Amino acid sequence: MTTPLLSVRDLRTVFDTDAGLARAVDGVSFDVGTGESVGLVGESGCGKSVTAFSILRLIRPPGRIVEGSHVALDGTDLMSLDAESLRQIRGSRVSMVFQEPMTALNPVLRIGDQIAEVLRVHDNTPGKEARERAVEMLRLVGLSDPAARFDQYPHQLSGGMRQRVVIAMALVMHPELVLADEPTTALDVTVQAQILELLAELRERMGMAMLLITHDLGVIAESTSRVIVMYAGEIVEEAPVGVLFDEPHHPYTIGLLKAIPEPTPADRGRRLAVIPGSVPPATDWPSGCRFRTRCAYAWDRCEHEHPPLYQIAAGHLSRCHLAEEPWRRS
Amino acid sequence: MLRTLAPRIGRRALHSLLVVFIVATIAFGLIAIAPGDPCATDDPRNTLAVQAQCRIRLGLDGPLPDRYVQFLSHAARGDLGQSYITQRPVAEMIAQALPNTILLMSLAIAVSLIGGLVLGVARSVQPRSTSGQVAMATAVVLYSLPEFWLAQIAVFVFAYVIPVFPAGGTVTAITHDYMNVWGRLWDRIDHLILPVLTLAAVSVAGIARFQRNAMRDVAGEDYLRTARAKGVPERDVIMRHALRNALLPLITNIGFTLPALFGGALFVEQVFSWPGMGRLAFDAISQRDAPVVIGCTLVGSGAVVLGSLIADALYAVADPRMRT
Amino acid sequence: MKRLMRDPVVLAAVGLLAALALAAIFAPLLAPHDPARQLDIVGLKSRPPSSAFPFGTDPLSRDVLSRVLYGGRVSLGVGALAALGSVAIGTVYGAIAGYAGGWIDEALMRTVDALMAMPRVLLVLTVIALWGGTSPGALIAFLAATGWFQISRLVRAEVKATGAREFVISARALGATGARILVRHILPNVMSPVIVAATISFGSAILLEAGLSFIGVGIQPPRASWGNIMHDATGVGLWWLSLFPGLAIVATMLSINVLGDRLRDALDPRELPGR
Repeated sequence: MTTPLLSVRDLRTVFDTDAGLARAVDGVSFDVGTGESVGLVGESGCGKSVTAFSILRLIRPPGRIVEGSHVALDGTDLMSLDAESLRQIRGSRVSMVFQEPMTALNPVLRIGDQIAEVLRVHDNTPGKEARERAVEMLRLVGLSDPAARFDQYPHQLSGGMRQRVVIAMALVMHPELVLADEPTTALDVTVQAQILELLAELRERMGMAMLLITHDLGVIAESTSRVIVMYAGEIVEEAPVGVLFDEPHHPYTIGLLKAIPEPTPADRGRRLAVIPGSVPPATDWPSGCRFRTRCAYAWDRCEHEHPPLYQIAAGHLSRCHLAEEPWRRS
Repeated sequence: MLRTLAPRIGRRALHSLLVVFIVATIAFGLIAIAPGDPCATDDPRNTLAVQAQCRIRLGLDGPLPDRYVQFLSHAARGDLGQSYITQRPVAEMIAQALPNTILLMSLAIAVSLIGGLVLGVARSVQPRSTSGQVAMATAVVLYSLPEFWLAQIAVFVFAYVIPVFPAGGTVTAITHDYMNVWGRLWDRIDHLILPVLTLAAVSVAGIARFQRNAMRDVAGEDYLRTARAKGVPERDVIMRHALRNALLPLITNIGFTLPALFGGALFVEQVFSWPGMGRLAFDAISQRDAPVVIGCTLVGSGAVVLGSLIADALYAVADPRMRT
Repeated sequence: MKRLMRDPVVLAAVGLLAALALAAIFAPLLAPHDPARQLDIVGLKSRPPSSAFPFGTDPLSRDVLSRVLYGGRVSLGVGALAALGSVAIGTVYGAIAGYAGGWIDEALMRTVDALMAMPRVLLVLTVIALWGGTSPGALIAFLAATGWFQISRLVRAEVKATGAREFVISARALGATGARILVRHILPNVMSPVIVAATISFGSAILLEAGLSFIGVGIQPPRASWGNIMHDATGVGLWWLSLFPGLAIVATMLSINVLGDRLRDALDPRELPGR
């Protein structure tokens, strides 16, 4: 059994808000293997983006990562690393692709300089070579006329092009792991497909692992081999992608899948299935199972006993008491 | 870069010229509709000949359109009439006083620019910190102080109670001329410190409040987060990323607050006996010396418009979004 | 809005402002002496604060406490009335510009641009130089006449924005006249930013009046104003003449600014639910 590339154990991240302590990430554990593409899925507010930021320790006050959280990159614990060592890992071994390319890029610096900056701060790459490598990267991400693009500013590019620049910045040092936080959410549908394809192609070419964070199950189906579903700061289901879509276990996952509108003739006139209720506030997670307030199957055990992650099958985990009492599904 | 900038700055310059023109028209309008004869005062030095001159200068003689043209043409040539009291040309009096005010204001702007940058960078690098809250509270208090009162306190505390700085004037009387070059330079600086800091203090407080109100979105934090995620060292995050982006709104803000800053400078000058436009205008008003007051208004407004134009030009140079 | 009324800082600011206003209104009852009366030009001239005279006496042996109380009437009164005047003028001007559109709008707003480029002090001084007059009434008029520019801009912007909205177009389609639309539909929407601007105008009028009185051009003695009490403190170390009126001004300005800040936050469209 090879050591996984990324190993997250018991990650907890909280925010001190006026309304109390928000437990955005509350005990999350998972692995990402070398070269593997894992999806992290959930509604807004479930803690998935915060998880990604926590891995690179990008959480700023009023948020903080709680003591006892472990994140290991190839055996090295990132949580206890000193600032300088952590800085060296960021952007070179683990990098991030962000959701909003316009605000992720500095508006007053040339895009080429922003890519070259990564090379400069890690390798001390001299200007000329950095420029060449940045231009090469721009070409790799599919931008036309990359040499001219180097000198352009973010506002001169369209949304899709900007996202390609963000990807170029993240990949120029050939990292081992890429954390992609909703990389396509802010883009047009047609552009989304292109970006996902680009990510897949580069991933394969460079042998990178990827943690793809999204709320869009369609994206997950296309681009990942294993899926983690989050709800209310916890992992509620984990399974290989095929299994998740064909045999989902957790009621939340089932609800998410049902809510995908499927344009077949048989569904004409069918109401859009929604999960009733809304995500409870992070300052006040429900007792017992956090999904019980919206779950069709909940019974008294769900209120009093917080479900652990049950093993349903090999590689398939679900945080639901139905694992032990499956007859209650009817 | 210059190719794309020049037309934009040119347009702004034209616009500024229009504004100055309208200001002069407003001044003329006020003169025209004001009751009484501003040129006829009881002062015996104000002879009939002087009065006649005054009326021509202020455009009070003859049909309205002619007067308007006369007024404008005189003003454009720098002829703003004569002071009732001193008989000197107003333009000459202003030429003496204006540089002192410009000096004061420029230094105060420079200080508040630095202060504003420090605040802006600190705010974007570490939002919602307790020192930030303290700073904001201080800013509200400072902003609520009348500038002349702050000046009075400054004089009282630092010139009387703890006599560190002089209480006024640009140089120490008499002894200044006997100092060597360095002594004279230091003497001037010594006299500048309190007035500049007083003026800058209220300005910085205003900037702090502007930053709080206008920059409430978190976009600024996003690209700082990207920079950190790329492994950029914190010092570079501040110097290379946060600083330049904090600078831009600051330039706009200073350009915007120039009229108020000028007004504040006038009062501060009064308290510090600073021989600038403030003393000129206030002395003139207490003696009902209309030509001087009107001249000060025209030149003062013109200076402010010019300052705004400079700020706009600087902004256009600094922001690549303006250049392309 | 309700959140605003429960905010302790807002309540403190309103309380302070109310206390100052009440002190001003009840000055005749609170003041131990006639503010204009020179009590003893030889013996009580320029006395520092003591138990007999908590705020000291001025160079004409007048009780400073009484002058500060009565001065509040003048300073707050002039400021408030000037602000009201500015709101009135600015609203009308801006409404006309916004509603008329075209070259009238352009000309009117360019004029406002120019007026805003002029330092307000100089504008007021020019008006005083030409019209004379340092009575409170004249001062109110001059301050009102120079404090409406930003308000007119706000009103114009709102009028233009609201005028393009459907309910106004439908009102017009139903036959409502321009004036009716203006008053019943557009103006109510303008209220929020105007209220904030009015508080700011109030504050700046008070500051300007204080400044003008301070240099001797505003309210003339023996009538007291917070500014003209401070006039005699310059350079002679009579610190009490500067401190107490100054504190009164600061207290007023602080409450106005804090109130204005909170109001602006509450009325900021980005703060509204459903973002």
